[in-house]
Amino acid sequence: MVKDLSVNLCGQSLRNPVVPASGTFGFGLELADTFDLNVLGGISLKGSTREARYGNPVPRIAEASCGMLNAVGLQNPGIDVLVGSKVPALRKIYNGCIIANISGFSLEEYRECCAKADACEGIDIIEVNISCPNVHNGGMAFGTNPNAAAEVTRTVREVCSQKPVFIKLSPNVTDIVTIARACEDAGADGLTLVNTFLGMRIDIARRKPILANTTGGFSGAAIFPIALRMVYQVAHACHIPVMGCGGVTSARDVLEMMMAGATAVQVGAENLRNPFACPEIIEALPVEMERLGIQDIKEIIKTV
Amino acid sequence: MEKQLYTITENRLVAADTYRLVLSGKGKVDGEFVHLEIPGFYLRRPLSVCDSEEGRFVLLYKTVGEGTRVLATLPEGSRLSVLTGLGKGFDASACSRSALLVGGGLGAAPLYLLAKELKQQGKKVTAVLGFNKADEIVLAQEFEGLCDAFALATLDGSVGVKGFVTDALRTLAPTYDYFYTCGPMVMMKAVCQALEGPGEASLEERMGCGAGFCYGCSVQTAGGPRRVCKDGPVFKKEEILW
Repeated sequence: MVKDLSVNLCGQSLRNPVVPASGTFGFGLELADTFDLNVLGGISLKGSTREARYGNPVPRIAEASCGMLNAVGLQNPGIDVLVGSKVPALRKIYNGCIIANISGFSLEEYRECCAKADACEGIDIIEVNISCPNVHNGGMAFGTNPNAAAEVTRTVREVCSQKPVFIKLSPNVTDIVTIARACEDAGADGLTLVNTFLGMRIDIARRKPILANTTGGFSGAAIFPIALRMVYQVAHACHIPVMGCGGVTSARDVLEMMMAGATAVQVGAENLRNPFACPEIIEALPVEMERLGIQDIKEIIKTV
Repeated sequence: MEKQLYTITENRLVAADTYRLVLSGKGKVDGEFVHLEIPGFYLRRPLSVCDSEEGRFVLLYKTVGEGTRVLATLPEGSRLSVLTGLGKGFDASACSRSALLVGGGLGAAPLYLLAKELKQQGKKVTAVLGFNKADEIVLAQEFEGLCDAFALATLDGSVGVKGFVTDALRTLAPTYDYFYTCGPMVMMKAVCQALEGPGEASLEERMGCGAGFCYGCSVQTAGGPRRVCKDGPVFKKEEILW
Protein backbone atom coordinates (compact mmCIF):
# COMPACT_ATOMS: atom_id res chain seq x y z
CA MET A 1 0.00 0.00 0.00
CA VAL A 2 2.67 2.52 -0.99
CA LYS A 3 0.88 5.75 -1.76
CA ASP A 4 2.25 8.84 -3.45
CA LEU A 5 1.30 11.77 -1.24
CA SER A 6 3.53 14.36 -2.88
CA VAL A 7 2.16 17.45 -4.58
CA ASN A 8 3.76 20.22 -6.58
CA LEU A 9 3.08 23.81 -5.64
CA CYS A 10 4.50 26.27 -8.20
CA GLY A 11 7.62 24.18 -8.66
CA GLN A 12 7.96 23.40 -4.93
CA SER A 13 7.65 19.73 -4.21
CA LEU A 14 5.76 19.03 -0.97
CA ARG A 15 6.07 15.53 0.52
CA ASN A 16 2.35 15.68 1.26
CA PRO A 17 -0.38 18.32 0.88
CA VAL A 18 -0.79 19.03 4.61
CA VAL A 19 0.34 22.46 5.81
CA PRO A 20 -0.45 24.01 9.21
CA ALA A 21 -2.11 27.36 8.53
CA SER A 22 -0.61 30.68 9.47
CA GLY A 23 -1.36 31.75 13.02
CA THR A 24 -2.13 28.25 14.24
CA PHE A 25 1.40 26.90 14.41
CA GLY A 26 3.55 29.83 15.63
CA PHE A 27 6.89 29.90 13.87
CA GLY A 28 7.11 26.11 13.87
CA LEU A 29 9.78 26.24 16.53
CA GLU A 30 7.19 26.26 19.32
CA LEU A 31 6.21 22.72 18.29
CA ALA A 32 9.67 21.36 17.56
CA ASP A 33 9.60 19.19 20.70
CA THR A 34 6.01 18.02 20.16
CA PHE A 35 6.52 15.90 17.05
CA ASP A 36 8.94 15.56 14.14
CA LEU A 37 8.09 18.59 12.00
CA ASN A 38 9.60 16.86 8.97
CA VAL A 39 6.39 14.87 8.47
CA LEU A 40 4.70 18.13 7.37
CA GLY A 41 4.32 19.02 3.70
CA GLY A 42 4.89 22.66 4.54
CA ILE A 43 4.52 25.14 7.38
CA SER A 44 2.85 28.53 7.00
CA LEU A 45 4.45 30.76 9.62
CA LYS A 46 2.73 33.27 11.84
CA GLY A 47 1.85 36.49 10.01
CA SER A 48 4.62 39.07 10.08
CA THR A 49 4.58 42.84 9.71
CA ARG A 50 7.30 45.50 9.30
CA GLU A 51 7.44 46.41 12.98
CA ALA A 52 7.03 44.16 15.99
CA ARG A 53 3.42 44.10 17.18
CA TYR A 54 1.89 43.08 20.51
CA GLY A 55 -1.51 42.70 18.87
CA ASN A 56 -4.89 43.10 20.54
CA PRO A 57 -5.59 43.14 24.26
CA VAL A 58 -6.84 39.93 25.91
CA PRO A 59 -9.24 38.15 25.87
CA ARG A 60 -8.32 37.20 22.33
CA ILE A 61 -10.04 33.82 22.23
CA ALA A 62 -13.71 32.85 22.40
CA GLU A 63 -15.45 29.54 21.83
CA ALA A 64 -18.38 28.70 19.59
CA SER A 65 -20.19 25.54 18.55
CA CYS A 66 -17.81 23.54 16.36
CA GLY A 67 -15.35 26.41 16.18
CA MET A 68 -13.67 29.34 17.81
CA LEU A 69 -13.02 33.04 17.40
CA ASN A 70 -9.65 34.69 17.65
CA ALA A 71 -8.61 38.31 17.71
CA VAL A 72 -4.88 37.95 18.24
CA GLY A 73 -4.25 40.92 15.95
CA LEU A 74 -1.01 39.86 14.29
CA GLN A 75 1.26 39.64 17.30
CA ASN A 76 4.72 39.12 15.83
CA PRO A 77 8.33 40.18 16.37
CA GLY A 78 8.62 41.97 13.00
CA ILE A 79 9.96 40.95 9.59
CA ASP A 80 13.62 41.41 10.54
CA VAL A 81 13.36 38.89 13.36
CA LEU A 82 11.42 36.55 11.03
CA VAL A 83 14.07 36.47 8.31
CA GLY A 84 17.02 36.97 10.67
CA SER A 85 16.30 34.38 13.34
CA LYS A 86 12.95 32.52 13.15
CA VAL A 87 13.34 31.15 9.61
CA PRO A 88 17.06 30.23 9.94
CA ALA A 89 16.30 28.43 13.24
CA LEU A 90 13.39 26.52 11.68
CA ARG A 91 15.43 25.68 8.56
CA LYS A 92 17.96 23.90 10.79
CA ILE A 93 15.35 21.41 11.96
CA TYR A 94 12.88 21.37 9.06
CA ASN A 95 13.58 20.47 5.44
CA GLY A 96 10.06 20.90 3.99
CA CYS A 97 8.38 23.90 2.43
CA ILE A 98 8.55 27.05 4.57
CA ILE A 99 5.84 29.59 3.79
CA ALA A 100 6.31 33.12 5.10
CA ASN A 101 3.01 34.89 5.77
CA ILE A 102 3.26 38.65 5.30
CA SER A 103 0.77 41.24 6.45
CA GLY A 104 0.73 45.00 6.19
CA PHE A 105 -1.06 48.27 6.71
CA SER A 106 0.11 49.99 3.52
CA LEU A 107 1.35 49.02 0.06
CA GLU A 108 4.78 50.23 1.09
CA GLU A 109 4.82 47.91 4.10
CA TYR A 110 3.79 44.92 1.96
CA ARG A 111 6.51 45.81 -0.55
CA GLU A 112 9.25 46.14 2.06
CA CYS A 113 8.35 42.99 3.97
CA CYS A 114 7.92 40.84 0.86
CA ALA A 115 11.25 42.05 -0.53
CA LYS A 116 12.93 40.92 2.70
CA ALA A 117 11.12 37.57 2.59
CA ASP A 118 12.11 37.11 -1.06
CA ALA A 119 15.75 37.65 -0.14
CA CYS A 120 15.61 35.19 2.79
CA GLU A 121 17.19 31.90 1.79
CA GLY A 122 15.11 29.65 4.04
CA ILE A 123 11.74 30.79 2.71
CA ASP A 124 10.19 28.82 -0.17
CA ILE A 125 6.85 30.53 -0.72
CA ILE A 126 5.52 33.96 0.22
CA GLU A 127 1.90 34.07 1.35
CA VAL A 128 0.51 37.59 1.38
CA ASN A 129 -2.25 38.08 3.92
CA ILE A 130 -4.80 40.59 2.67
CA SER A 131 -7.51 39.10 4.84
CA CYS A 132 -6.79 39.56 8.56
CA PRO A 133 -10.11 40.61 10.13
CA ASN A 134 -8.55 41.63 13.44
CA VAL A 135 -6.54 44.72 12.60
CA HIS A 136 -7.87 48.10 11.67
CA ASN A 137 -7.00 50.02 8.50
CA GLY A 138 -5.07 47.10 7.13
CA GLY A 139 -5.25 43.42 6.45
CA MET A 140 -8.76 42.72 5.28
CA ALA A 141 -9.25 46.23 3.88
CA PHE A 142 -6.99 45.16 1.00
CA GLY A 143 -8.74 41.85 0.55
CA THR A 144 -12.33 42.97 0.22
CA ASN A 145 -11.91 45.12 -2.87
CA PRO A 146 -10.69 43.65 -6.18
CA ASN A 147 -8.77 46.80 -7.15
CA ALA A 148 -6.96 47.00 -3.82
CA ALA A 149 -6.25 43.25 -3.90
CA ALA A 150 -4.79 43.61 -7.40
CA GLU A 151 -2.70 46.56 -6.33
CA VAL A 152 -1.15 44.66 -3.41
CA THR A 153 -0.50 41.70 -5.69
CA ARG A 154 1.23 43.86 -8.33
CA THR A 155 3.28 45.63 -5.66
CA VAL A 156 4.62 42.46 -4.08
CA ARG A 157 5.02 40.70 -7.44
CA GLU A 158 7.47 43.45 -8.46
CA VAL A 159 9.78 42.77 -5.51
CA CYS A 160 9.44 38.98 -5.35
CA SER A 161 11.65 37.90 -8.20
CA GLN A 162 12.71 34.55 -6.73
CA LYS A 163 9.76 33.09 -4.93
CA PRO A 164 6.17 32.16 -5.71
CA VAL A 165 3.62 34.59 -4.29
CA PHE A 166 0.34 33.27 -2.89
CA ILE A 167 -2.36 35.76 -1.92
CA LYS A 168 -4.44 34.72 1.09
CA LEU A 169 -8.05 35.71 0.54
CA SER A 170 -10.80 36.78 2.89
CA PRO A 171 -14.16 35.00 2.82
CA ASN A 172 -15.83 38.20 4.06
CA VAL A 173 -16.73 39.33 0.54
CA THR A 174 -19.76 39.20 -1.72
CA ASP A 175 -17.96 37.33 -4.48
CA ILE A 176 -14.62 35.72 -3.72
CA VAL A 177 -14.14 34.77 -7.38
CA THR A 178 -13.92 38.44 -8.42
CA ILE A 179 -11.13 39.02 -5.88
CA ALA A 180 -9.36 35.80 -6.86
CA ARG A 181 -9.43 36.71 -10.56
CA ALA A 182 -8.12 40.20 -9.79
CA CYS A 183 -5.16 38.68 -7.95
CA GLU A 184 -4.49 36.17 -10.72
CA ASP A 185 -4.59 38.90 -13.37
CA ALA A 186 -2.22 41.02 -11.27
CA GLY A 187 0.37 38.23 -11.28
CA ALA A 188 -0.29 36.03 -8.26
CA ASP A 189 1.33 32.60 -8.55
CA GLY A 190 -1.26 31.01 -6.29
CA LEU A 191 -4.06 31.65 -3.85
CA THR A 192 -4.71 30.56 -0.26
CA LEU A 193 -8.33 30.53 0.81
CA VAL A 194 -9.99 31.13 3.12
CA ASN A 195 -9.00 33.22 6.12
CA THR A 196 -11.43 33.46 9.06
CA PHE A 197 -15.00 34.70 9.00
CA LEU A 198 -15.69 37.88 10.94
CA GLY A 199 -17.71 36.92 14.00
CA MET A 200 -18.64 37.90 17.53
CA ARG A 201 -19.70 36.45 20.90
CA ILE A 202 -21.29 38.17 23.90
CA ASP A 203 -20.91 37.23 27.56
CA ILE A 204 -24.60 37.42 28.46
CA ALA A 205 -23.92 37.61 32.21
CA ARG A 206 -21.65 40.64 31.82
CA ARG A 207 -23.54 41.97 28.77
CA LYS A 208 -20.24 42.62 27.03
CA PRO A 209 -18.40 41.13 24.07
CA ILE A 210 -16.17 38.21 25.11
CA LEU A 211 -13.33 39.45 22.92
CA ALA A 212 -11.59 42.67 23.97
CA ASN A 213 -11.56 43.52 20.25
CA THR A 214 -15.38 43.02 20.17
CA THR A 215 -15.15 41.00 16.93
CA GLY A 216 -12.83 38.21 15.85
CA GLY A 217 -12.19 35.69 13.13
CA PHE A 218 -14.35 32.55 13.27
CA SER A 219 -12.67 29.30 12.28
CA GLY A 220 -12.89 25.60 12.96
CA ALA A 221 -14.89 22.63 11.75
CA ALA A 222 -18.08 24.70 11.32
CA ILE A 223 -16.69 26.66 8.36
CA PHE A 224 -15.53 23.66 6.31
CA PRO A 225 -18.51 23.51 3.89
CA ILE A 226 -18.28 27.25 3.17
CA ALA A 227 -14.51 27.15 2.69
CA LEU A 228 -14.89 24.10 0.45
CA ARG A 229 -17.48 25.87 -1.70
CA MET A 230 -15.18 28.88 -2.09
CA VAL A 231 -12.18 26.70 -2.98
CA TYR A 232 -14.34 24.93 -5.55
CA GLN A 233 -15.54 28.20 -7.11
CA VAL A 234 -12.09 29.81 -7.22
CA ALA A 235 -10.24 26.70 -8.42
CA HIS A 236 -12.68 26.38 -11.30
CA ALA A 237 -12.50 30.06 -12.22
CA CYS A 238 -8.71 30.55 -11.99
CA HIS A 239 -5.73 28.76 -13.48
CA ILE A 240 -3.28 29.14 -10.61
CA PRO A 241 -2.89 26.62 -7.75
CA VAL A 242 -5.00 26.95 -4.63
CA MET A 243 -4.14 26.10 -1.05
CA GLY A 244 -7.46 25.22 0.56
CA CYS A 245 -8.01 26.29 4.14
CA GLY A 246 -10.94 26.37 6.53
CA GLY A 247 -12.30 23.85 9.01
CA VAL A 248 -10.16 20.91 7.92
CA THR A 249 -10.04 18.32 10.69
CA SER A 250 -9.39 14.95 9.05
CA ALA A 251 -7.74 13.09 6.20
CA ARG A 252 -11.16 12.82 4.57
CA ASP A 253 -11.51 16.63 4.69
CA VAL A 254 -8.10 16.93 3.01
CA LEU A 255 -9.18 14.65 0.16
CA GLU A 256 -12.50 16.52 -0.17
CA MET A 257 -10.73 19.89 -0.32
CA MET A 258 -8.38 18.53 -3.02
CA MET A 259 -11.25 17.14 -5.08
CA ALA A 260 -12.79 20.64 -4.89
CA GLY A 261 -9.63 22.04 -6.42
CA ALA A 262 -6.94 22.49 -3.76
CA THR A 263 -3.38 21.45 -4.55
CA ALA A 264 -2.37 21.69 -0.90
CA VAL A 265 -4.53 21.88 2.21
CA GLN A 266 -3.97 24.00 5.28
CA VAL A 267 -5.05 22.88 8.74
CA GLY A 268 -5.83 25.76 11.10
CA ALA A 269 -7.95 25.86 14.24
CA GLU A 270 -7.79 22.09 14.63
CA ASN A 271 -4.14 22.48 15.69
CA LEU A 272 -5.33 24.49 18.68
CA ARG A 273 -7.66 21.70 19.81
CA ASN A 274 -5.13 19.06 19.05
CA PRO A 275 -1.48 19.98 18.54
CA PHE A 276 -0.98 16.55 16.95
CA ALA A 277 -3.71 17.12 14.33
CA CYS A 278 -1.36 17.45 11.33
CA PRO A 279 0.74 14.32 11.96
CA GLU A 280 -2.43 12.35 12.73
CA ILE A 281 -4.05 13.51 9.46
CA ILE A 282 -0.91 12.70 7.47
CA GLU A 283 -0.78 9.23 9.01
CA ALA A 284 -4.44 8.64 8.16
CA LEU A 285 -4.16 9.82 4.53
CA PRO A 286 -2.78 6.57 3.01
CA VAL A 287 -5.42 4.55 4.87
CA GLU A 288 -8.24 6.69 3.45
CA MET A 289 -6.63 6.63 0.00
CA GLU A 290 -6.48 2.84 0.14
CA ARG A 291 -10.15 2.71 1.10
CA LEU A 292 -11.04 4.96 -1.85
CA GLY A 293 -8.69 3.33 -4.34
CA ILE A 294 -6.45 6.37 -4.77
CA GLN A 295 -2.84 5.59 -5.62
CA ASP A 296 -1.47 9.07 -6.26
CA ILE A 297 -3.02 11.95 -4.37
CA LYS A 298 -2.27 14.39 -7.21
CA GLU A 299 -4.73 12.62 -9.45
CA ILE A 300 -7.73 13.72 -7.38
CA ILE A 301 -7.06 17.48 -7.56
CA LYS A 302 -10.02 19.35 -9.05
CA THR A 303 -11.78 16.19 -10.14
CA VAL A 304 -15.17 17.36 -8.92
CA MET B 1 3.77 18.11 25.80
CA GLU B 2 1.93 14.82 25.54
CA LYS B 3 -1.62 13.84 24.61
CA GLN B 4 -3.12 10.89 26.44
CA LEU B 5 -6.43 9.39 27.42
CA TYR B 6 -7.08 9.40 31.16
CA THR B 7 -9.88 7.69 33.08
CA ILE B 8 -12.01 9.54 35.60
CA THR B 9 -11.74 7.70 38.93
CA GLU B 10 -13.41 10.42 40.99
CA ASN B 11 -15.54 13.45 40.09
CA ARG B 12 -17.44 14.70 43.10
CA LEU B 13 -18.73 17.88 44.69
CA VAL B 14 -16.40 18.94 47.52
CA ALA B 15 -17.55 22.54 48.13
CA ALA B 16 -20.08 24.98 46.68
CA ASP B 17 -20.04 24.51 42.89
CA THR B 18 -16.57 22.96 43.31
CA TYR B 19 -15.58 19.51 42.13
CA ARG B 20 -12.60 17.28 42.78
CA LEU B 21 -11.59 15.40 39.65
CA VAL B 22 -9.13 12.52 39.84
CA LEU B 23 -7.75 11.18 36.57
CA SER B 24 -5.82 7.95 36.19
CA GLY B 25 -3.44 7.03 33.44
CA LYS B 26 0.11 6.13 32.63
CA GLY B 27 3.05 7.84 34.31
CA LYS B 28 3.24 10.97 36.42
CA VAL B 29 2.00 14.19 34.86
CA ASP B 30 4.33 17.13 34.93
CA GLY B 31 3.66 20.76 34.11
CA GLU B 32 1.67 23.42 35.91
CA PHE B 33 -1.65 22.71 34.23
CA VAL B 34 -3.37 20.21 31.98
CA HIS B 35 -5.60 20.94 29.00
CA LEU B 36 -8.79 18.86 29.09
CA GLU B 37 -11.03 18.02 26.18
CA ILE B 38 -14.66 18.12 27.29
CA PRO B 39 -17.05 16.17 25.04
CA GLY B 40 -19.12 18.54 22.88
CA PHE B 41 -16.88 21.57 23.34
CA TYR B 42 -14.47 22.88 20.76
CA LEU B 43 -11.62 24.24 22.85
CA ARG B 44 -9.89 22.45 25.69
CA ARG B 45 -10.12 23.73 29.28
CA PRO B 46 -6.92 24.54 31.18
CA LEU B 47 -6.93 23.40 34.83
CA SER B 48 -4.10 23.67 37.37
CA VAL B 49 -2.71 20.44 38.76
CA CYS B 50 -3.52 20.25 42.49
CA ASP B 51 -1.76 16.99 43.26
CA SER B 52 0.11 14.45 41.22
CA GLU B 53 1.62 11.04 41.79
CA GLU B 54 2.52 8.02 39.68
CA GLY B 55 -0.54 6.96 37.67
CA ARG B 56 -2.99 9.64 38.86
CA PHE B 57 -3.47 13.35 39.35
CA VAL B 58 -6.00 15.62 41.03
CA LEU B 59 -7.76 18.75 39.71
CA LEU B 60 -10.23 21.08 41.37
CA TYR B 61 -12.69 23.04 39.27
CA LYS B 62 -15.69 25.28 39.69
CA THR B 63 -18.76 25.01 37.48
CA VAL B 64 -18.54 28.52 36.08
CA GLY B 65 -19.59 27.92 32.48
CA GLU B 66 -21.19 25.38 30.15
CA GLY B 67 -17.98 23.36 29.74
CA THR B 68 -17.33 22.82 33.42
CA ARG B 69 -21.03 22.10 34.00
CA VAL B 70 -20.82 19.26 31.46
CA LEU B 71 -17.54 18.09 33.01
CA ALA B 72 -19.32 17.80 36.35
CA THR B 73 -21.82 15.34 34.85
CA LEU B 74 -19.20 12.88 33.59
CA PRO B 75 -19.30 9.62 35.53
CA GLU B 76 -16.39 7.59 36.86
CA GLY B 77 -14.91 5.45 34.14
CA SER B 78 -15.29 8.14 31.46
CA ARG B 79 -12.20 8.73 29.39
CA LEU B 80 -10.85 12.21 28.67
CA SER B 81 -8.21 13.40 26.22
CA VAL B 82 -5.64 15.36 28.21
CA LEU B 83 -2.63 17.42 27.15
CA THR B 84 0.02 17.32 29.86
CA GLY B 85 3.41 18.90 30.44
CA LEU B 86 2.13 22.46 30.00
CA GLY B 87 3.12 25.75 31.58
CA LYS B 88 5.96 27.11 33.67
CA GLY B 89 4.99 26.66 37.30
CA PHE B 90 6.12 27.97 40.66
CA ASP B 91 9.85 27.95 41.27
CA ALA B 92 10.26 26.19 44.62
CA SER B 93 14.02 26.71 44.48
CA ALA B 94 13.54 30.50 44.60
CA CYS B 95 12.71 30.14 48.28
CA SER B 96 15.77 29.59 50.45
CA ARG B 97 14.29 28.65 53.85
CA SER B 98 10.83 29.96 54.48
CA ALA B 99 7.90 30.33 52.07
CA LEU B 100 4.61 32.18 52.27
CA LEU B 101 1.74 30.85 50.15
CA VAL B 102 -1.33 33.02 49.61
CA GLY B 103 -4.32 31.54 47.80
CA GLY B 104 -7.74 32.85 46.91
CA GLY B 105 -10.56 30.45 46.07
CA LEU B 106 -9.41 27.67 43.74
CA GLY B 107 -6.02 29.41 43.58
CA ALA B 108 -5.34 27.11 46.53
CA ALA B 109 -5.17 24.11 44.15
CA PRO B 110 -1.75 24.63 42.49
CA LEU B 111 -0.35 26.01 45.78
CA TYR B 112 -1.03 22.64 47.40
CA LEU B 113 1.30 20.84 45.00
CA LEU B 114 3.86 23.59 45.60
CA ALA B 115 3.50 23.26 49.40
CA LYS B 116 4.25 19.54 49.15
CA GLU B 117 7.33 20.23 47.06
CA LEU B 118 8.58 22.92 49.47
CA LYS B 119 8.11 20.60 52.46
CA GLN B 120 9.97 17.83 50.66
CA GLN B 121 12.84 20.30 50.26
CA GLY B 122 12.77 20.85 54.03
CA LYS B 123 11.49 24.41 53.89
CA LYS B 124 9.20 26.16 56.32
CA VAL B 125 5.79 26.85 54.78
CA THR B 126 3.15 29.32 55.91
CA ALA B 127 -0.14 29.29 54.01
CA VAL B 128 -2.99 31.78 54.01
CA LEU B 129 -6.14 30.94 52.07
CA GLY B 130 -9.11 33.17 51.43
CA PHE B 131 -12.65 32.27 50.38
CA ASN B 132 -15.94 34.13 50.05
CA LYS B 133 -17.72 31.99 52.61
CA ALA B 134 -17.40 28.78 54.60
CA ASP B 135 -19.09 26.48 52.07
CA GLU B 136 -16.51 27.39 49.40
CA ILE B 137 -13.50 26.30 51.45
CA VAL B 138 -11.31 23.60 49.90
CA LEU B 139 -8.04 21.95 50.95
CA ALA B 140 -8.05 23.54 54.43
CA GLN B 141 -7.32 20.26 56.24
CA GLU B 142 -4.67 19.28 53.73
CA PHE B 143 -2.84 22.61 54.08
CA GLU B 144 -3.20 22.57 57.86
CA GLY B 145 -1.67 19.11 58.06
CA LEU B 146 1.18 20.00 55.76
CA CYS B 147 2.17 23.56 56.70
CA ASP B 148 4.06 24.99 59.65
CA ALA B 149 1.53 27.80 60.01
CA PHE B 150 -1.88 28.17 58.42
CA ALA B 151 -4.64 30.78 58.42
CA LEU B 152 -8.03 31.13 56.76
CA ALA B 153 -9.93 34.25 55.81
CA THR B 154 -13.55 34.45 54.69
CA LEU B 155 -15.25 37.55 53.38
CA ASP B 156 -18.34 36.97 55.50
CA GLY B 157 -16.31 36.01 58.57
CA SER B 158 -17.97 32.59 58.84
CA VAL B 159 -14.57 30.94 59.32
CA GLY B 160 -11.19 32.41 60.30
CA VAL B 161 -10.32 36.06 59.89
CA LYS B 162 -13.17 38.19 58.52
CA GLY B 163 -12.09 39.88 55.33
CA PHE B 164 -9.51 39.36 52.59
CA VAL B 165 -6.28 37.36 52.66
CA THR B 166 -4.48 40.67 53.08
CA ASP B 167 -6.38 41.16 56.37
CA ALA B 168 -5.28 37.70 57.51
CA LEU B 169 -1.70 38.50 56.50
CA ARG B 170 -1.73 41.61 58.70
CA THR B 171 -2.95 39.58 61.67
CA LEU B 172 -0.54 36.70 61.09
CA ALA B 173 2.50 38.84 60.15
CA PRO B 174 4.39 35.79 58.87
CA THR B 175 8.14 35.72 58.29
CA TYR B 176 9.27 34.42 54.88
CA ASP B 177 11.98 34.99 52.33
CA TYR B 178 9.82 34.30 49.26
CA PHE B 179 6.07 34.36 48.58
CA TYR B 180 3.82 32.60 46.09
CA THR B 181 0.26 33.60 45.23
CA CYS B 182 -2.59 32.30 43.10
CA GLY B 183 -6.17 33.51 42.96
CA PRO B 184 -8.30 36.22 41.37
CA MET B 185 -6.29 39.00 39.68
CA VAL B 186 -7.49 41.69 42.13
CA MET B 187 -6.42 39.53 45.06
CA MET B 188 -2.98 38.78 43.61
CA LYS B 189 -2.45 42.44 42.84
CA ALA B 190 -3.30 43.40 46.43
CA VAL B 191 -1.03 40.61 47.75
CA CYS B 192 1.91 41.61 45.54
CA GLN B 193 1.52 45.24 46.58
CA ALA B 194 1.12 44.44 50.29
CA LEU B 195 3.93 41.92 50.65
CA GLU B 196 7.56 42.92 50.97
CA GLY B 197 10.31 41.01 49.24
CA PRO B 198 10.43 38.75 46.20
CA GLY B 199 7.59 36.56 45.08
CA GLU B 200 5.60 35.23 42.16
CA ALA B 201 1.98 35.00 41.04
CA SER B 202 0.09 32.65 38.74
CA LEU B 203 -1.93 34.48 36.08
CA GLU B 204 -5.06 33.30 34.36
CA GLU B 205 -6.23 34.03 30.82
CA ARG B 206 -8.55 32.63 28.17
CA MET B 207 -6.38 30.26 26.16
CA GLY B 208 -6.42 28.80 22.71
CA CYS B 209 -3.82 26.07 22.29
CA GLY B 210 -2.43 26.14 25.85
CA ALA B 211 0.99 25.24 24.48
CA GLY B 212 2.47 28.53 23.32
CA PHE B 213 1.90 28.55 19.57
CA CYS B 214 -1.37 30.42 18.99
CA TYR B 215 -0.46 33.55 20.97
CA GLY B 216 -4.06 33.81 22.15
CA CYS B 217 -3.15 34.48 25.79
CA SER B 218 -0.26 36.94 25.44
CA VAL B 219 -0.15 39.64 28.10
CA GLN B 220 2.10 42.65 28.37
CA THR B 221 4.78 42.32 31.04
CA ALA B 222 7.73 44.45 32.11
CA GLY B 223 9.84 42.28 29.78
CA GLY B 224 7.47 42.59 26.79
CA PRO B 225 4.64 40.32 25.59
CA ARG B 226 4.54 36.93 27.32
CA ARG B 227 2.30 33.92 26.72
CA VAL B 228 0.45 33.01 29.93
CA CYS B 229 0.29 29.34 28.86
CA LYS B 230 3.95 28.87 27.97
CA ASP B 231 6.09 31.65 29.49
CA GLY B 232 3.80 31.43 32.55
CA PRO B 233 1.27 31.07 34.05
CA VAL B 234 3.64 31.89 36.93
CA PHE B 235 5.51 35.19 36.66
CA LYS B 236 7.79 37.04 39.04
CA LYS B 237 6.08 39.86 40.91
CA GLU B 238 8.15 42.56 39.20
CA GLU B 239 7.34 41.23 35.71
CA ILE B 240 3.57 41.63 36.07
CA LEU B 241 1.89 44.82 34.86
CA TRP B 242 -1.32 45.01 36.88
